[in-house]
Amino acid sequence: MDYFAQQLINGIVLGSIYGLIAIGYTMVYGIVGMINFAHGDIFMIGGFIALITFLILVSIGLTTVPLILLIVLLVSMAITSLYGWTVERIAYRPLRHSFRLAPMLSAIGMSFVLMNFSQVSQGARVKPIPPVITGGYSLLESNGFVVRLSNAQIVVVLTTVVLLAIFTWLVSRTRLGRDMRACEQDQTMAALLGVDVDRTISMTFLIGAALAAVAGMMYLLYYGLVDFYMGFIAGIKAFTAAVLGGIGSLPGAMLGGLLIGLIETMWSAYFSVEYKDVAAFSILIVVLIFLPTGLLGRPEVEKV
Amino acid sequence: MSDDTILTVDALSMRFGGVVAVNGLSFTAERRRITALIGPNGAGKTTVFNCITGFYKPTSGAIRLTHDDGRNFRLERLNDFRISKQAKVARTFQNIRLFPGMTALENLMVAQHNALMKASGFTFLGLIGAPSYRAAELHAIDQAKGWLDRIGLLERADDAAGNLPYGDQRRLEIARAMCTEPALLCLDEPAAGLNARESASLSELLLSIRSQGTSILLIEHDMSVVMEISDQIVVMDYGMKIAEGAPQAVRDDPKVVAAYLGADEEEAAAVMESGA
Amino acid sequence: MAVLTSDLTQASRREAIAFIFKKAFISALVALVLFSLMIGIRTEAGPTGQLIYWTRFDDLAIIVAVVFVGSIVVELLRQWWGPVGIATAVPPSVQRTLDFAGKAFPPLLLIFAFLVPVIFYDQRYLLDLSILVLTYVMLGWGLNVVVGLAGLLDLGYVAFYAVGAYSYALLSTNFGLSFWMCLPLAGILAACWGVMLGFPVLRLRGDYLAIVTLAFGEIIRLVIINWQSLTGGPNGVSGIPRPSFFGIPFTRGDDGFAARLGIEYSPTHRIVFLFYVILALALLTNWVTIRLRRLPIGRAWEALREDEVACRALGINITTTKLTAFATGAMFGGIAGAFFATRQGFISPESFTFQESALVLAIVVLGGMGSQLGVALAAIALIGGFELFRGFDQYRMLVFGMAMVLLMIWRPRGLISHRAPTVFLKQNTAISAELAREGRG
Repeated sequence: MDYFAQQLINGIVLGSIYGLIAIGYTMVYGIVGMINFAHGDIFMIGGFIALITFLILVSIGLTTVPLILLIVLLVSMAITSLYGWTVERIAYRPLRHSFRLAPMLSAIGMSFVLMNFSQVSQGARVKPIPPVITGGYSLLESNGFVVRLSNAQIVVVLTTVVLLAIFTWLVSRTRLGRDMRACEQDQTMAALLGVDVDRTISMTFLIGAALAAVAGMMYLLYYGLVDFYMGFIAGIKAFTAAVLGGIGSLPGAMLGGLLIGLIETMWSAYFSVEYKDVAAFSILIVVLIFLPTGLLGRPEVEKV
Repeated sequence: MSDDTILTVDALSMRFGGVVAVNGLSFTAERRRITALIGPNGAGKTTVFNCITGFYKPTSGAIRLTHDDGRNFRLERLNDFRISKQAKVARTFQNIRLFPGMTALENLMVAQHNALMKASGFTFLGLIGAPSYRAAELHAIDQAKGWLDRIGLLERADDAAGNLPYGDQRRLEIARAMCTEPALLCLDEPAAGLNARESASLSELLLSIRSQGTSILLIEHDMSVVMEISDQIVVMDYGMKIAEGAPQAVRDDPKVVAAYLGADEEEAAAVMESGA
Repeated sequence: MAVLTSDLTQASRREAIAFIFKKAFISALVALVLFSLMIGIRTEAGPTGQLIYWTRFDDLAIIVAVVFVGSIVVELLRQWWGPVGIATAVPPSVQRTLDFAGKAFPPLLLIFAFLVPVIFYDQRYLLDLSILVLTYVMLGWGLNVVVGLAGLLDLGYVAFYAVGAYSYALLSTNFGLSFWMCLPLAGILAACWGVMLGFPVLRLRGDYLAIVTLAFGEIIRLVIINWQSLTGGPNGVSGIPRPSFFGIPFTRGDDGFAARLGIEYSPTHRIVFLFYVILALALLTNWVTIRLRRLPIGRAWEALREDEVACRALGINITTTKLTAFATGAMFGGIAGAFFATRQGFISPESFTFQESALVLAIVVLGGMGSQLGVALAAIALIGGFELFRGFDQYRMLVFGMAMVLLMIWRPRGLISHRAPTVFLKQNTAISAELAREGRG
């Protein structure tokens, strides 16, 4: 039971990270109808920028941890969102009304570019950092097994919740959110009614990348390392999360993220660590076969 | 139900969530006759078509089809492609669905897929170039040529279907459906978007298809076409049948006029006009 | 009047220049922000495990300057070329040349392919490279059946390549089966996997199918890595038998190929033999594909790509049609995999990553969906281009990724974007790809 409780905590923390990435997939899919293949790599870039910012801040002698975290968060979000914007501008916008496979391949190409850009510019080796947030609480103790809730875990979950609240407000209450929903329904009609479609799509990529940056930073804090390859697998899993929750649905993406995080953690804990990725991918396949619209997605009626 | 009935729709209902698109509809279509299904926009006509041709599974009700040789099919129980393959029901679409990147001839060849598949020994005989398959293919090309000639597109056989003018595409889609050698041909608004001359040639084509023994079920808004060629008319409104009978009788039915008046003035005017 | 016009043009020119500089300035600014930390700062784990960093502001400055100048050049080129849409970005002369190439080129290319071992007999490197190119030509042709003809987006094609390679490797090392015995077996096994994997997922459409096939590819790779007792895990399988000339090995001994023929032994014999084997396999793939396209099954594949709903209405069984396309493509992938295993003599999961799938897909899409010649040309261009960057190994994928993006923007429909009809009455006119649909499945 205690072991299970510990895994539950770990799963929720991992799931928060997946959920943040999944939102980016779901938003872009909702509006432009394409899988943004490079999104996992945007998450990786976010992790790298967080790492570098953190290093600089520490080396100039900053010691207040909350202040460091805040600055790292803001810098990482700002720069990474510009990456998201640039990717859309260079690789997707020229192909928006093209043949369907073209943006897909362009996205795969962009994913390679980002992955190898960070490999070339920062080296192929794993980059570890010392734990930034230390300490934590012991929740239960029995049979010599201690269920721990670390401060890092609390920070990850709290940050996720706060950002989700801001993000939900943005999408449901602001002009931008309304434009986004309008573009999702019908781009041509939205444009006729005065919505700047290009700008709205750019903003979607910007926001998605900013959330991925947060995920990247959380990953860095929680696991204490980044490497250039981490975006690929995390990206597929986050996409699985988005599909599981119902692609296009924002709460669905978060729910899917949590479920994938929990499933992966439980699988590693009770079955085998080696096959945890196989488990995640199998879930993707099973969900798509039996529940193609996901948990919270809208059913798609075929028009004949 | 007489021997001359090819299609019997019995208490057909179709619900999408809370919306009842078709509500307990029953009608029959006679063999070697043209039956028209009319009604205001949103009356549920296309939904009925989609149930008959297997694209929707009806919520309840039965759809029976009887072939010349007495074989019976329950269409609501068949999988979509089997309705065309076994029950021999072919259809066209409201928004034309040709294979735009393939030539007119290729479109008609694809329609003969099942016959050719068998002749090609499920690809293996065809792969080694067996003479029996060659003969079958030549026969298929001949049949396609015959249809292209009938719809006046023989000259454009090697042009991409997507490059043909709209009216030609409509007729090509009908020819393609006919290449599956159907017992029942279902046409979803074949005259939509056609000019008067094209409509007239369409009527002619449909009458010639009827005279060769194929039964036709037709959804149409163009009342001049409906009144001219239909043998029997079923009128729907709000998913239910409100009238049925010969063109003359339906035209004079006050319920029909009211339905069209209540729904759409233009269509009502069209009904009145063609009745005058 | 003349003065006025020149004044006007001068004013508009000044405006244009201002626009170009403004654009270049913004691009440079964006580049500065993007690269400030990623290039300006370099991190590395220090000797004590502690992370250290140093600055590289000179590199950063160079790159920002390059972006600034590059932006000006691109903008000038664009204005010089006039306002070009994406579709017309190819000058008509290039288009005509390509069209001409479509007719006269294939026979010449084929003759050249047959002569490669004669011309380059002494250049081992070029022979190896041509074998590699032909392997990708074959993979491209195999995947073309799935993506180009049937319109099913498969991102996990490498899985079947892996199945074929491991089938041969395991069958030959464990049971001593010969290469020629294993070749069809590898094809059949891969096709079976294709059906097994395809059956549940083929009702999915478009991007979903793509992501599921990607997941399958990764699952197969992960299983190969983790099932150590069977596959040797990350260490792979080594000591895979090299091919023999129908029983006569290419060895130095008395039983060897050279001794039997009474010629001097040379390791090149085997390479030349391998070259002709893969050439024959690739041509077989091509022949079967061209044949299939003209049969009802091939027409059904293309019809499926054009309109799935219409296919159903015509009584075509969608599931079996998709499955046959998937299985056919998988079979060719499996055969190519077996060839790969015998050529290398050693295989490991590293050869079967997602990047391989993406490379083969890029070959198919760049070639022009469904065009056999286009796929061959794209394979030559991409694999050849890849080799050019052999010296700068770490920049290879970077350049490959950029090339993919640029090529898609330049020619989203691929090099040869025409579709030849499979049957015709009077004349065989190519159909522009603008009309052909790309499929939803």
